[in-house]
Amino acid sequence: MLTEIAPAAVTDPAPRRTGWVRSLAARRGVRLAGLGILVLALVALYLFTDVPGSLAFAVRIRSLTVAAMLVVATAVGVSTVVFHTIVANRILTPSIMGFDSFYALISTLLVFFLGSGAFLGFDELTLWIVQVVVMVAFSVVLFTWLFGGRRRSIHLMLLVGIVLGTFFRSFTEWMQRMLDPLDFQVLTDAMFASLTRPDPLLLALTGVLVTAGCVVLIPLLPTLDVLTLGEATAVGLGVDHRRTVMTLFGVVSVMVAVSTALVGPIMFFGLIVANLAYSYVATFRHAWTLPAAAGLGMVCLLGGELVLERVFGFGATLSTVIEFAGGLFFLYLVLRKGAR
Amino acid sequence: MIALEGAVKTYGPTTVLDNVSVTFGGEGITALIGPNGAGKTTLFNIVGRLIRPDRGRVSVDGRPIEAVPGRELARVLAVLRQDNHLAARLTVTDLVEFGRFPHSGGRLTVADRDHVERALDYLGLQGYRGRFLDELSGGQRQRAFIAMVLAQDTRYVLLDEPLNNLDLRHMAEIMRLLRSMADDLDKRIVVVLHDVNFAATYADRIVAMRAGRILADGPPEEIISADVLADVYDTPVDVRRIDGRPVALYYG
Repeated sequence: MLTEIAPAAVTDPAPRRTGWVRSLAARRGVRLAGLGILVLALVALYLFTDVPGSLAFAVRIRSLTVAAMLVVATAVGVSTVVFHTIVANRILTPSIMGFDSFYALISTLLVFFLGSGAFLGFDELTLWIVQVVVMVAFSVVLFTWLFGGRRRSIHLMLLVGIVLGTFFRSFTEWMQRMLDPLDFQVLTDAMFASLTRPDPLLLALTGVLVTAGCVVLIPLLPTLDVLTLGEATAVGLGVDHRRTVMTLFGVVSVMVAVSTALVGPIMFFGLIVANLAYSYVATFRHAWTLPAAAGLGMVCLLGGELVLERVFGFGATLSTVIEFAGGLFFLYLVLRKGAR
Repeated sequence: MIALEGAVKTYGPTTVLDNVSVTFGGEGITALIGPNGAGKTTLFNIVGRLIRPDRGRVSVDGRPIEAVPGRELARVLAVLRQDNHLAARLTVTDLVEFGRFPHSGGRLTVADRDHVERALDYLGLQGYRGRFLDELSGGQRQRAFIAMVLAQDTRYVLLDEPLNNLDLRHMAEIMRLLRSMADDLDKRIVVVLHDVNFAATYADRIVAMRAGRILADGPPEEIISADVLADVYDTPVDVRRIDGRPVALYYG
């Protein structure tokens, strides 16, 4: 009956290479371990080199920054990969839902109405809570309205998210144009993601929430894998698609909101990190892609910060450094894949 | 048994399913035929719980499908969709392993792996098991998806146009395969077909739909007649008997 001739050689999922070093490097476990070692090396480099004064003092200050990076890298990497799976598209990031523009809008509104003096004098905890509540509320309203109802369309939700995000951005820019130069400068400063010297209390709160998000995701890992097959097939395999996607989206919104409120607009490198992770571990399984995305996010942030501080002497912004280097590396990966 | 009672589905002013009452799940193969837009896929989507009917009841083995947990239903009923676009690259084995998700929840046991191996054997896919789906031909790809459905190990198997985009040889190959799944493994198969001659050759029962209604339901000898087919497809169909079997000629 089934008379097709089997191919001469069975090809492996991972490309075959010659030599034991290369075959070892093709293993996912080895790759993930390598990533872990690289992260640790960068942490050591960041903490212990280029110390002008007391080593203990420098390490204490810098370890706060490292902790912030760890929390933010996890939140951005994990939320972007999960978002890709929900929307079945690998070129979007959760920022399409307007998280960053909302952050900008809230800060601008505060400066606009209360002035930069009041903005700087604001209690950081209050500001953080306001930012988080507004961002999460916005995304949850958008989501339950357009996905939880009868329409259940992810694409409609994305479209509305883009339109509202653009509207808020334009509105923000319009208000910024009317600010006096000093207020504007204070605001501009707040618009750049800054990982150095985070508030320990906020860092702890953010860390707890991001960890909680990861804990929620762990039992959902196999279900996330099934979701890559698309909604129809996932439902056919018994996944309660609506409830699962609602849960996942809730986790994504909280992770993005808390980390954005901690360090500023940060989603820019999610896209690079997630796609690097897909290439790096070469599998659709979330048990591999999620830790890889978090680890690569850590490499991006630490590496970017190191280059920013030690090479450019703060003469650039972190996003410029990460996007330039990460973008080039990403292009290399894409072109190499294409030539295969 | 899969039973629909008075199922109605409308999209705006268009009625896609118009008070459909039908029972599937008898032994062998049931072919669902009808022109495009007759409501065949909608019917499948309702049974597969992808959409809800506006009115009417749907039950599987006597239980209303809303009352059965998703995973439990997926152990009784498998649906292969028409469009199987994948966002990620997976291998044949990865895909077939997904068929075990309703049983294992993602952690494969020895028994699950056994089911996967048997499905790969049955579909003749062992030689391709490590290949990525996008590196396969249409026929191999379709077999991989059928292997996933087979690994799901359900009593009822619903397939929506599994012969789409296949050549003569692969169409016949898939139909023979479905026949042997029905005969050897006692699968109750419901399959949407566009080529009525395949339905006539392989099915035990043919259900014909048009404009959201069931127009005819019976054994192939009854359905494959010039009158019934002309009515279903709204176009003249010439039916001849060749070697005692009815053959529809619709190329003129």
